Amino acid sequence: MQRRVHPTPEELGLASCHVCGLISKRLESDVGLLCPRCLSRLHRRKPYSIESCWALTIAALILYIPANLLPIMETGSLLSYRRDTIMSGIVHLWHTGAWGIAAIVFIASIVVPLFKLLALALLLVSVQRQSTWWPMQRMRLYRLVELVGRWSMLDIYVVTFLAALVQISSLATVRVGNGAIAFGAVVVLTMFAAMKFDPRLIWDPLRNENLP
Amino acid sequence: MPDPQPEQMVACRQCGLLQQEIALQPQGGAVCCCCGASLYRNTPDSMSRTLALTIAAIICFSLANIYPILGIELQGNYNATNLFGAVRSLWQQGMHPVSALVFATTILTPALEMAILLYLLIPLILMQRPPRVVGIMRLMETIKPWGMIEVFMLGILVSLVKLKSDVTIIPGVALWSFAALTLMLSAVAASFNPRDIWLHLDRIKNNRED
Ligand SMILES: [Zn+2]
Ligand SMILES: [Zn+2]
Repeated sequence: MQRRVHPTPEELGLASCHVCGLISKRLESDVGLLCPRCLSRLHRRKPYSIESCWALTIAALILYIPANLLPIMETGSLLSYRRDTIMSGIVHLWHTGAWGIAAIVFIASIVVPLFKLLALALLLVSVQRQSTWWPMQRMRLYRLVELVGRWSMLDIYVVTFLAALVQISSLATVRVGNGAIAFGAVVVLTMFAAMKFDPRLIWDPLRNENLP
Repeated sequence: MPDPQPEQMVACRQCGLLQQEIALQPQGGAVCCCCGASLYRNTPDSMSRTLALTIAAIICFSLANIYPILGIELQGNYNATNLFGAVRSLWQQGMHPVSALVFATTILTPALEMAILLYLLIPLILMQRPPRVVGIMRLMETIKPWGMIEVFMLGILVSLVKLKSDVTIIPGVALWSFAALTLMLSAVAASFNPRDIWLHLDRIKNNRED
């Protein structure tokens, strides 16, 4: 199916504002292009989109390792002591019979971050190679990355909440482990990475291909 | 045929295609003919509706932060916490980055978002231009992805399941307030329409000039 990818504002000598959405004639000033309605600086594409997105994705990938290896929660009582990583916490939850919740935590804490990292890498590589391959599917992938990213915070909230609540003298205490710092950083970095990616770059190679 | 004026065109934020704006029925929406992203919606009463929902959300937010969310009881010992108590306890355990992240995503961002909406909507409905409106609109766009009340709500439910076999749970007022706040904030997000604000600002400006 042939999609309509022309024209873009730039092809007609116009510019679109990323803040207020106004389309205006390109009026150069000494500080660059400015939007006549809101005076924001106008960019054709998000500046340094690919470079910053790669940097944030790689940083998140590196932190993904300690996030999964370090304990995220330490549970102590008179009789027992447990240190849980994200995965061992899920396995423990599964063995106590809370299968539904175990599945939710598994998806939010393991599947979603890994999916985000792989999807961002795929999008970046395809955009850098000027790929015209399946633009709509890549677009849907990007929307999914934006939609699901926040749900990875789930485990951070659970350990925070439990660590505050379960402080009953020596009978039961919960502490947050260092894994939570790494894991929180992964979530924040992948969210920034997704914001930095400019989905219009997916469509630009199609425009160069069938220029009139 | 002459080209339409630039002001009557709209560029898709997701794929960059330039398209001509068409008039819409009330509550109608226009989608991009290339990638299917939403381009703009026509929501004639969005400002007053958003204001009403924001006030309701502020009430839920206050209750959710005043009262305890959950209490637990184990062999005659009782402990309860609210959201800020949880953030403070994490800070005292030395987990400063995590504590700050939880504070920013569950208290600061939602509070800031609601304050901004009040600051923008009340003067706009009275046909006034709020001071520094552009910076505030930009701030609103920047902080929007960082409000995560709905994820926190799911976190409370997961904690409930984890605790229920070991201790007696006493649900607090804030538990229900958080549930209501989650609904209110998603309703606010659905009814808030930044394009309406920009068009309204243009109208205020034109009224002044006439
Ligand atoms: Zn603008
Ligand atoms: Zn589009």
